[in-house]
Amino acid sequence: MSFGQGGSSALAPLAIAVPIAVAAILQAASERLPRKVVDAVATATAAAVTGVAAALLAASAGGRVVTWSAGWLPHHGFSVGIVLVVDPVGAGVALVAAGLVTLALVFSWRYIEAAGGRYHALMLLFLAGLEGFSLTGDLFDMFVFFELMGAAAYALTGMKVEDPSSLQGAFNFGIVNSLGAYLSLMGIGLLYAHTGQLGLPQLGHALAGHRPDALVLGAFVLVMAGFLVKGAMAPLHFWLADAHAVAPAPVCLLFSGVMVPLGTYAAFRVYWTVFSGTLPPDDVGRAFVVLGTLTGVVGAVMCLGQRNFKRLLAFSTVAHVGLFLVALGTVDADGTAGAIVYVVGHAGAKGALFLLAGILLDRYGSVDEVNLHGRVRDLRVERWLLVAGGLALACLPPFGTALGKSLAEDAAGAAGYGWAPVLFVGVSALTGGAVLRFTARVGWGLGTPPIVESGTTTGDEERETQPLSRVPITMVIPVVVLLAGALAVGVVPGVGRAASAAAHLFVDGAGYRHQALSGAPTGAVSTAGSGWTTGGVLIGLLSAALAVGVAAAGIWSRAVRRRLPAVAVGAPALKVLRRLHSGHVGDYVAWMVVGVAALGGLVGLPLR
Amino acid sequence: MSVYPYLVAGWLMAVGIIGIVRGRNLVQTVICLSVAQSATYVLLLSVGYQRHATPPVFGEPASKPNFHVVDPVVQALTLTDIVVSATVTALLLSLAIQIHKRHGTLDPNELNTLEG
Amino acid sequence: MSPRVRLLVLAVGGIALAVLVVPALVGLPHFGGSVHPYRTHAVVASVAHHSANVISSINFDQRGLDTLGEESIFLASVLGVVVLLRPAEEETETASLGGGPVLESTKLAGYAMVPITLMLGFNIVTHGHLTPGGGFQGGVVLGTGIHLLYVAGTYRALQRARPIQVFDWGEAIGAGAFACLGIASLAMTGAFLAAVIPTAPLGHLFSAGTVPLLNGAVGVEVASGTAVLLAKFLEQAIRVRPAAKETEP
Repeated sequence: MSFGQGGSSALAPLAIAVPIAVAAILQAASERLPRKVVDAVATATAAAVTGVAAALLAASAGGRVVTWSAGWLPHHGFSVGIVLVVDPVGAGVALVAAGLVTLALVFSWRYIEAAGGRYHALMLLFLAGLEGFSLTGDLFDMFVFFELMGAAAYALTGMKVEDPSSLQGAFNFGIVNSLGAYLSLMGIGLLYAHTGQLGLPQLGHALAGHRPDALVLGAFVLVMAGFLVKGAMAPLHFWLADAHAVAPAPVCLLFSGVMVPLGTYAAFRVYWTVFSGTLPPDDVGRAFVVLGTLTGVVGAVMCLGQRNFKRLLAFSTVAHVGLFLVALGTVDADGTAGAIVYVVGHAGAKGALFLLAGILLDRYGSVDEVNLHGRVRDLRVERWLLVAGGLALACLPPFGTALGKSLAEDAAGAAGYGWAPVLFVGVSALTGGAVLRFTARVGWGLGTPPIVESGTTTGDEERETQPLSRVPITMVIPVVVLLAGALAVGVVPGVGRAASAAAHLFVDGAGYRHQALSGAPTGAVSTAGSGWTTGGVLIGLLSAALAVGVAAAGIWSRAVRRRLPAVAVGAPALKVLRRLHSGHVGDYVAWMVVGVAALGGLVGLPLR
Repeated sequence: MSVYPYLVAGWLMAVGIIGIVRGRNLVQTVICLSVAQSATYVLLLSVGYQRHATPPVFGEPASKPNFHVVDPVVQALTLTDIVVSATVTALLLSLAIQIHKRHGTLDPNELNTLEG
Repeated sequence: MSPRVRLLVLAVGGIALAVLVVPALVGLPHFGGSVHPYRTHAVVASVAHHSANVISSINFDQRGLDTLGEESIFLASVLGVVVLLRPAEEETETASLGGGPVLESTKLAGYAMVPITLMLGFNIVTHGHLTPGGGFQGGVVLGTGIHLLYVAGTYRALQRARPIQVFDWGEAIGAGAFACLGIASLAMTGAFLAAVIPTAPLGHLFSAGTVPLLNGAVGVEVASGTAVLLAKFLEQAIRVRPAAKETEP
């Protein structure tokens, strides 16, 4: 029993504690330090955490880094302390989180006109929450860092107190996410009563091999509730569009790029380490594939009808989360590898698009497709960046999103979901097409101004800063870095193999438990891994072409509507769906209850 | 009944959720969220209770260290959570204050800036 | 959705969820049972580190990372309240007016209770490792106790006794100290938040290693943060007004 408690095991707690300490300093000094100093300190801290996370990723390559906090090593499989178990997926998520926060802070130099250091302190606390959530191996600790992410996020979303919709969005976000967290806490209480443990390895060890009873099923459903609210699975997704439509652009980058995917990460992390020994993977996987499909369809369809660009991007996040759920729901390493690559590529593409939305808001005071028609002609570079982002979202090879999608489609086909490529292509075509339609309208003035439907949220918003005459370079560079990152994920050789190795470790719940409790590393998994296939490239090109077609159909929609009466058939259903997204918090909570119960039914009924 | 406290916890959670869904006032919504959280406290604390056991605080000579104490772990989890949830409630209430100032109303049925 | 449809959706979902959760609740070990494995290990560990209050030992010694997370949630929420309740662009903070009439008996009770409450809060914080209590509980007592000055007296009295800037600093120092103590013990022993201070026997004032220090840090943070929180709400209610518009000559 040997735990290497020096060296790399010190990295994980540092990634959590350093941002908190610096945030405390920034908050105290908020009125006294000049803005540039605050910017520099905050960005340097985020960059340092990025470095720590990169070191963790290197240290965990092919294995896991286990840290028992405060030195409480386990004896006979029991410890009173909290364990941090970092495998490549966890370290990767932590790295993406820290990198995105750094870019968001760079973007905020000129973009956010916050006086004092409070905005930066909140961003660093949000970073600490993201790091803690992805690195910890204790279930109650996950709840604590979930709440930390939430508290910082609610404040950051509602920051623009002069904007009424900002406050309503933050409020809905706060109520729904907190309620999800409390349902998860009830589930944690149930598990604690049953097993007397709070750590993921110990819980999994106690539950493994026993038949699932009502208690385990109930605990599973409740624990999943909070994570899936965060992960915006339908019908727990309503809060996401509201929050993204009103939060400042760099904050939206963090939400869509890493916070929402963290919800799905956590759901599957908890499943694999705690419940995989007792709840059969096939049932659980099927439940997630069903709900993931629903999420993808709802997100893609709602995405098309938006005129507010940020809300459009929010619904595209919902749609892509649905695809991540389907990929992870194949409950094998290949689908998980595809999801990993897809999430990272998506973070780059979606993040860049949100920052571009911020640039538009800054220059023109609006992100509304109708009001901006043709006005963005003078942002020559930025409109092409919008096109690139839209094509990345549509999974054009060689972007990382296309690689992830092709890996996921292959895995889904192998798992028996042969229709999955249709879903993947459809969702990426519709969401990419919506972005391309927006870009064509505002950047080139193509097409007639769209028919204005009543009852949709407009895109006029309070500026987050005084209008700048020229787009500052510090706002363009993060966009380029993000798009380059999305491209690099697809182009750099060995990504597929690394993702596959990481995925094998992720789904190896027994190995996780064993290594955490006894210190013995599991043997390195050698996999061939996969990369680009001809089929994958062709399907990616197809979805990109379809996206262009969707965009064209959207621009010349009057002509389309005349020629394709089938489109009119779906219109009443679409109107009902749109009315469901009402902005009323009671509606959201009602649907949340339905969604949690549906998950329980889908998992529990086959078990009878 | 030996599962009565757990059912009370479940009932509190239900009451909190129903209150949020039916709420006509945002302040009521926030309070109902607090009620839902108190359900988790009741569950945790009743999970940790042991009949005829003493508090988990020792001090010579009245209470020598022994194992016949109620579960301190759930108490530790609950007490930090109570303070934290009070501040998160404060955060949500401050949002409600600002909503009242900007929208002029606290009735969620009348807030309509985020539709579609 | 109309209220009736909303309730119908909730009823359908709620009944299904109840069917899932109630059997789980009924399947829990009976209330008042004696099987608590974590409790046994926690008591052993607490006594080994000479901490008389097992709950404080769990919070600050055994599961210190959780407490670091909780106190940073506290920090984030207070920060959030300060950011959200700031005067908006079209508002200003007016000077506070004198208060309304206060009953003599209220004044007497309030002024008498203020030192008692503060002493009690201080006691709860510093003896957190020996008696029930600790940084969180004592901090709330301290933070709210000082507002007895507002109840018994005037807002101006409260303002004089509670300079906001000091409490802002206090909160930051408390939160930062906790994190820095953790990092320091990481540097010294290689384990984050490990107990690095030698411990006196159980029950003595300076026993329990780093627990009293972390306890104190949390107490400072929670007391200051609660005071700042209440201050912002009071300011919003009493002093923030729409800025006077310029009148045309």
